[in-house]
Amino acid sequence: MSKKFFVLMSILLVAAMVFTGCSKPADAPEVATPDAPTDEPAPEPTGEKILRANNASEPGSLDPALAQGTHESWVLDHSFEGLMKLDQEGHVASGMAEDYKISDDFLTYTFTLRDGIKWSNGDPVTAEDFEFAWKRAIDPELAADYAFQIADYVKGGNAYLSGEGSLDDVAIKALDDKTLEVTLEAPTAYFLELTAFYTYYPVNKNVVEANPDWAKSADTHVSNGPFYLTEWEHDASLKMRKNDNYYDADKVHLDGIDLTIIDDENTTWQAYEGGEYDLLLPIPQAVVAKMKDEGNPELVLGGEVGTYYFNLNNDVKPFNNAKVRKGLSYALDKATITDKIAQGGQMPAEGVVPFGMFDEDGKEYRDKVGNLIPYDLDLAKNLFEEGLAEEGMTIDDFNSKGFVLLYNTQESHKKIAQAAQEMWRTNLGIEIGLENVDFQVKLDREKAGDYDISRAGWIGDYMDPMTFIDLWYSKSSFNDANYNNPKYDELVLKAKSTADQKVRFEAMREAENILMDEMPIVPVYFYTQPYAQKPYVTGVYKPLVNYPRLTYADINK
Amino acid sequence: MKKYLLKRLAMSIITIWAVITITFFLMHAVPGNPFAKEGKMPKVVYDNLQKKYGLDKPLREQYVIYLKNVLKGDFGDSMKSRVETVNDMIERGFPVSARIGAQALLIAIVFGPALGALAALYQNKFPDYFSMVLAILGISVPSFIMGTIFIQFIAKNVSWIPIGGWGTWRHTLLPSLALAMMPLAHMARLMRSSMLEVLGQDYIKTAQSKGITKSAVILKHAVRNAILPVVSILGTTISNLLVGSFVIEKIFGIPGLGSFFTKSISNRDYTLIMGTTIFYAIILVALLFTVDLAYMFIDPRIKLTQEGR
Repeated sequence: MSKKFFVLMSILLVAAMVFTGCSKPADAPEVATPDAPTDEPAPEPTGEKILRANNASEPGSLDPALAQGTHESWVLDHSFEGLMKLDQEGHVASGMAEDYKISDDFLTYTFTLRDGIKWSNGDPVTAEDFEFAWKRAIDPELAADYAFQIADYVKGGNAYLSGEGSLDDVAIKALDDKTLEVTLEAPTAYFLELTAFYTYYPVNKNVVEANPDWAKSADTHVSNGPFYLTEWEHDASLKMRKNDNYYDADKVHLDGIDLTIIDDENTTWQAYEGGEYDLLLPIPQAVVAKMKDEGNPELVLGGEVGTYYFNLNNDVKPFNNAKVRKGLSYALDKATITDKIAQGGQMPAEGVVPFGMFDEDGKEYRDKVGNLIPYDLDLAKNLFEEGLAEEGMTIDDFNSKGFVLLYNTQESHKKIAQAAQEMWRTNLGIEIGLENVDFQVKLDREKAGDYDISRAGWIGDYMDPMTFIDLWYSKSSFNDANYNNPKYDELVLKAKSTADQKVRFEAMREAENILMDEMPIVPVYFYTQPYAQKPYVTGVYKPLVNYPRLTYADINK
Repeated sequence: MKKYLLKRLAMSIITIWAVITITFFLMHAVPGNPFAKEGKMPKVVYDNLQKKYGLDKPLREQYVIYLKNVLKGDFGDSMKSRVETVNDMIERGFPVSARIGAQALLIAIVFGPALGALAALYQNKFPDYFSMVLAILGISVPSFIMGTIFIQFIAKNVSWIPIGGWGTWRHTLLPSLALAMMPLAHMARLMRSSMLEVLGQDYIKTAQSKGITKSAVILKHAVRNAILPVVSILGTTISNLLVGSFVIEKIFGIPGLGSFFTKSISNRDYTLIMGTTIFYAIILVALLFTVDLAYMFIDPRIKLTQEGR
């Protein structure tokens, strides 16, 4: 071979090496990229109890105020703690606050913090930290996605968030080091639970003021929960270690939690099977189905408060007719969809509010409401044809319109859409087309009302039926079905304006009944959150609105 | 020569500017926006976000601001991450992708042409069949299947090879191999056919009849001429390998650049879309340029200028 060729090849290779930032050939074993930790992930030598799991995607921020979803909150829920927390039974329990008082008008909450609570850097956690954190979260300049979680409830919150009001009028006030007073815009029965939500987590005022970039690196990250962040390799791994300053540290058995950041479910599942994880979620749908069939004890069908449904565009004829909508809803065999297609232990929807919420007596909310969506083919067909006749249409007219069910491109949505299409065809004799689009395009078209039927889903923000009932309030930003019923709106407002639990729940039950009698949407199933857990792991519990909580987990190998 | 280089440089800059402009306006014309989600987004919050990222300004103004920042080498803040800027993401993702890519390239360059040449020399004999079966597998089996097969049959059985993730050199082995398969196969096939053609040429016979040893004929005359088509695909191959493969990086859980290309688009993360696109364009343009130059060195018949004798 010619010398020139060798020279060229060498140049190209060297150029490639230079790009990689390595000073040695790329395949030299001892070289690690600048980003990679040089240590081997060797088996823990000292018998330390480190729980290994996977956080499916890179957190967009580990600043509680800026978090938006589970890929952030799973880490935050273990490294921070709010005034209240959710205990093993799903009840609201005392967190950073030892005690609280609610005024007679249910508007003013006075929290008293525990004694001796500390940040991971040793600073005391004070009421001022909470005041600072909450006000910061609704700062228009910070532009936090979840700012409304505070601004919607606290007096003066929305005015400040919109840039019109002043910070002084926001009714969050530290009376002294240990006392925090908050005044709400309206009575909110679930406000205590909200203080367990991540947007309400405190931040260390001194740390944040001294370094605005504090949350961007593990070295400067300071938190007040059972664990603290020790390592964060972007898109690769996160490590947390036990926080000995945590008031309940005696009951925390783990020495730490190691999370990888890998978003491919199949790869992480292979790794779980290969013993590289102690707990894993999410797991591939097919694996859940298989584990369920085999009765594999490592599968946990964690509860979740979420509803999968189809929007019907109430502005499009004949979907403006309640009988047509009910016909479509009653004709869906939801049990077949959950058992044969979704296969993750989901439950056929009985309304819009999923199981797991407590009513005024502390009992399951759905007990008093019951199943509002029968699967009744005769009734479905009658209603559907009556409705069409009222709109002056026949089945043929309906079919000639070429209505389309819109869903965002994803295999699981496709299967369910196909099942619905087939059920409607067999049970009602109608043809509905299917169209899949990019998620963003779907959202755009829903907001613009440019659809006939569309797939949607909602995961509750807090443990109160209102988180679902609120969605079909006529002015709700999520009312893509364009449902508008003054009576329904009135009931929503009634439930929102009182702290009298009986009145509230009566109103919400009535509202849900009205909603299901008019069926602006077609509920399909209630979500679950399946996860896999090795037999030697104990003490993991799953609050319905969160990922599994590892705080009190233990490894008994 | 100088004139040619200058002309190429100017063309490259115009190309990159065109890429920036077209991407910028196409991206904004696509439905959706970075802050839309299946969840609550009150107008107040939405307005604050638009303002923070300058999306409330007219598009033309945004374009001018963006161009100015790019000239300063600033790709801006990611609209989805509050932790890293687009520059940070490229800076950390590129070395990772490039390392996997460089290793894959090394494997492909070492084994691809060699297999091809071997196949040509032993046409219709065992080495030929063997390398062509390998090449067909490499081309026809998509990388996500190759990757999954490697995980299933290698990583799960060999304890010191991790299934996925990032951290040590061991994590790089399988992804590099999986990534190398396709270019390796391409090179092998190209090399085989051009080698066959060259071997039938008169000058090879001349060389043989002059009594030059067989190995000298092959190395000095055959390979050198046959390698040209392989070199011509190097530009795109290298740039594709260096900036990372979305599929391979997803399957093996590698924190490289590859995933940014697709994630940024589905998230409508405007700044990240622009940053990765421009970055890729620059690399591609630079490598194509290099390949052109390389041609000149390998094949004296190719002249870049009329007067370049």
